[in-house]
Amino acid sequence: MSTEETERGPRRTNPESPPNYNFSSRSKLMSSTSSSQLVADKHVRYILMAEKKKESLESVVMDHLRMNGAYWGLTTLDLLDKLGTVPEDEVLSWVMTCQHESGGFAGNTGHDPHILYTLSAVQILALFDKISILDVGKVSSYVAGLQNEDGSFSGDIWGEIDTRFSYIAICCLSILKCLDKINVEKAVAYIVSCKNLDGGFGCTPGAESHAGQIFCCVGALAITGSLHHVDKDLLGWWLCERQVKTGGLNGRPEKLPDVCYSWWVLSSLIMIDRVHWIDKAKLVKFILDCQDLDNGGISDRPDDAVDIFHTYFGVAGLSLLEYPGVKTIDPAYALPVDVINRILFTR
Amino acid sequence: MHGRPRNAASKPGEEATSAAKAFRLRSLQPQFMSNHHQKIYTQEAVQISEELLKINPEAYTAWNYRKLAVEDKLSRSDDSDPSLVNLILSEELRVVDEVILKNLKSYGAWYHRKWVLSKGHPSLQKELQLVNEYQKIDSRNFHAWNYRRFVVEQTKTSELDELQYTTDMIYDSFSNYSAWHNRSLLLSSLVAKKADGFMPKETIRREIDFVYNALFTDEYDQSAWFYYLWLLDQTVKMETPLRISSWPSDGSIIILSGPECFNGSSSKFTTFCSESGSFPLILYFDQAVSGVSSSTVTVDSELKGHEDLVWEPVSDKNSPVSSCVWVARLEFDSTEPCFRTENKVKVCLGKSRGIVSSRGCNLSTPYEFVFTVLIHDTVGVSQEGIVSWTGDGFDNWDAQSKDLNSLIALDHLNADTGVEWRKKAIKMEIECFRRLPDSKFGKLILARLLMTEANVISDDAVYKEILQLYNDLMALDSTHDQYYKDELSVALLHKVTSSTESLSRYLFRYRNMNNIVCLRLSNLTLSRIAAVDKLLFVQMLDLSHNELHSADGLEAMQLLCCLNLSHNRIRSFSALDSLRHLKQLRVLDVTHNHIGGKHPVDTTRYLCSSPLSNSGGIGREVPSKYWDAYLVLGDLMKLKQLDLRGNDLIAGEEFSSLVRQVVPKLVWLNGHKLAS
Ligand SMILES: [Zn+2]
Repeated sequence: MSTEETERGPRRTNPESPPNYNFSSRSKLMSSTSSSQLVADKHVRYILMAEKKKESLESVVMDHLRMNGAYWGLTTLDLLDKLGTVPEDEVLSWVMTCQHESGGFAGNTGHDPHILYTLSAVQILALFDKISILDVGKVSSYVAGLQNEDGSFSGDIWGEIDTRFSYIAICCLSILKCLDKINVEKAVAYIVSCKNLDGGFGCTPGAESHAGQIFCCVGALAITGSLHHVDKDLLGWWLCERQVKTGGLNGRPEKLPDVCYSWWVLSSLIMIDRVHWIDKAKLVKFILDCQDLDNGGISDRPDDAVDIFHTYFGVAGLSLLEYPGVKTIDPAYALPVDVINRILFTR
Repeated sequence: MHGRPRNAASKPGEEATSAAKAFRLRSLQPQFMSNHHQKIYTQEAVQISEELLKINPEAYTAWNYRKLAVEDKLSRSDDSDPSLVNLILSEELRVVDEVILKNLKSYGAWYHRKWVLSKGHPSLQKELQLVNEYQKIDSRNFHAWNYRRFVVEQTKTSELDELQYTTDMIYDSFSNYSAWHNRSLLLSSLVAKKADGFMPKETIRREIDFVYNALFTDEYDQSAWFYYLWLLDQTVKMETPLRISSWPSDGSIIILSGPECFNGSSSKFTTFCSESGSFPLILYFDQAVSGVSSSTVTVDSELKGHEDLVWEPVSDKNSPVSSCVWVARLEFDSTEPCFRTENKVKVCLGKSRGIVSSRGCNLSTPYEFVFTVLIHDTVGVSQEGIVSWTGDGFDNWDAQSKDLNSLIALDHLNADTGVEWRKKAIKMEIECFRRLPDSKFGKLILARLLMTEANVISDDAVYKEILQLYNDLMALDSTHDQYYKDELSVALLHKVTSSTESLSRYLFRYRNMNNIVCLRLSNLTLSRIAAVDKLLFVQMLDLSHNELHSADGLEAMQLLCCLNLSHNRIRSFSALDSLRHLKQLRVLDVTHNHIGGKHPVDTTRYLCSSPLSNSGGIGREVPSKYWDAYLVLGDLMKLKQLDLRGNDLIAGEEFSSLVRQVVPKLVWLNGHKLAS
């Protein structure tokens, strides 16, 4: 649930401004191996291998958020219909080693519990249809216990407040069917207090709008039946203006496009029914151009190094773009539609 | 994870450095974990966490450990010696500072800084200088901006100083959206406080002049445009009262009749038939409002039972407080010999305060309207004939007829209500943008400006100008052409409803149903619905052969009983969610759409009340297959005629039996009469 992005640096001219950028990006696309196909098998292999490569700096640095990594990888596999290739028991028993007495989950064995990893753990169990192995009362009490008087949520006992945590709490409790354990009205009011003049949302009241944060807030409002608080035309237009001429989406005005925003912007646009305002074909091409065709995996931008985070967001983005061969993902719960339907509907 | 080249033709040293870092981290981690789990907070142990965080600032457990270590130290130190406490906290801030400088985007580091300060560190003033330094390195970093706002609030730094800071940042780079954002917050606060020199009108004027610099320097830069749009929005909304429309409208005459109204008299007047001996009173506000009740709306009439009207919002159950549309039901007695007596009904809003919009606008001046009710008795037998949208069952609207009920509201609503100051301000902007060379944002803003005053669009030249602007935009910015297309639909509907003359061209009468008025807006390439506030009187609506993908907006048309959405682009029943609010709907045609086709992504999944959004069907058994059909059709209580032919996957017998099960009153399905 990291909402990183990259600056475009000190350049003062706009990346979209013709003629320079257009020209250079077009010639770049021409020169790079033009793909236009999802190399699903290679991505599956990349994900299964990533779990085994523990030597690199990248994987050591990500050690503390292995729970997020597992969720990204496993959801991608499920979207590509390859979840069956994973040793389920092994995964589940590792997940359960991360649970603390408080009910919350850590990012990895030995680390401290945090709401970020608690949602990932619950989502992983949902993927395998194994919510039943949880002590639902305990997990939901942990999450509900993080709600503050003003309706906001802390990430853990140390008290950092962010609308990301509001989304996580609401999503998690809805999957566990325990939303009644929190004050939903206050939770919604806090999120609404983070709404900005551009229609977007920030992490706390007054904070600048950011596509990652917008996903969290719109998602939380969607799950609580509160989307009437969103000015759909205003926000929809701001979001669709995230698409730059290369087809990719950025997360804030005047930033570079990045594959992870394919998820955050697209899912938000879908939840408010404004996704037709962007050019889907161009975005598909942008994502496909970010694949590593030789070794699998997807990167933030064409020809950058791939990672599991962007591989997930790339595939999830393609799912939202109705790319053939990719299962449909739910834009609010960030789980495959069949998984969330199984939980919330009867058969 | 960002911005690293894939085939790093890495500099020779780089690979070795990163391998060494990885090696070091792998040895630090178990040591740190062991200290953490055993609660060891010695100098040496704490040092390990520092080294670890410098390599990996996101290792959140290490930050937690350091907080425990600080608390441990503080608990051992002598409270009475503040310098000792300061020493502990300063040492901690030094570590954070070093880590933040390595990674300005570390959530953990920034929060740790806040946490340390909350322990009572006195040097908050220094924090502002520090954050200035960080912002020099990365002027868009949102952690730094958030932290800045936090420090400013804590230290009560003057908002004027902060405003000057944003001015400096903006002159440094016009494309600093973060600075523009902060500027909008500061100005809103100064204006709200009525600070010296910050009266609303003069502030907006000054800011518009300021932002022009940026707009005309780099016309592609989004930051300044968004800021300009915000200023414009403030201008448009300033001193604008809530716009209200109603059914029945002011001065209208309506005829009420009992249940068997589908035949009988062929009055030229608007007739409303009722099965329940009551008729709806509908209020439409241009912003969602709360507080509509029998104490804020008074109704005077000779009809019985109006004392304690129950006002209900037309919205989903999770949002009971605020809605654009409110409905109350007025009762009448069709058996009493009041036949052909005139009943005057007077409605008054806002005599007592309480109606408030979600933007905080009050209903400032009372709003009053009067209409006349005539009650017909009912004769004849009920007719269960099929309603046909094709053929010659329609007569042209007779503009000469005395039935102006439908149109009376229009002239009322299109009346010029603009405030002089605002009109002048908008006119100035229009003139300015007309002179601007061809830029995307310039054209878009000009089009929006031209649409801000409802009555302006009735002018054909203005309408043509708007069409031209959007057509230019589609060519200029094809990525967003569907957005411009939607805007065109809005413009078209505003144009259609802008005058009696233009609307009457689309009005017909349907002979087989008591000559009710039918609005036919077919074949107009409409991709969205708008201007419903002017169409509250419509009972029969033909939107066939358009490009609609959703029925959103129709919920306001509470009188609708017949709706034709055939030959559109509807992909799921969830897109028809708004129809669940139409309690009169009897006839629905959605033939030749794309319902049930291979469109895995449902864009109205969360705009449709369901267990997914914890807002509908809770506690009921909702099957996952056809869940939206089950919920939406199940709420159309009066539906008698439904046509679904020509849709992709819902033609089968399985689906038909589901429909019969959830819509028990259905008589006609897909053109066939159902066996009762
Ligand atoms: Zn990214």
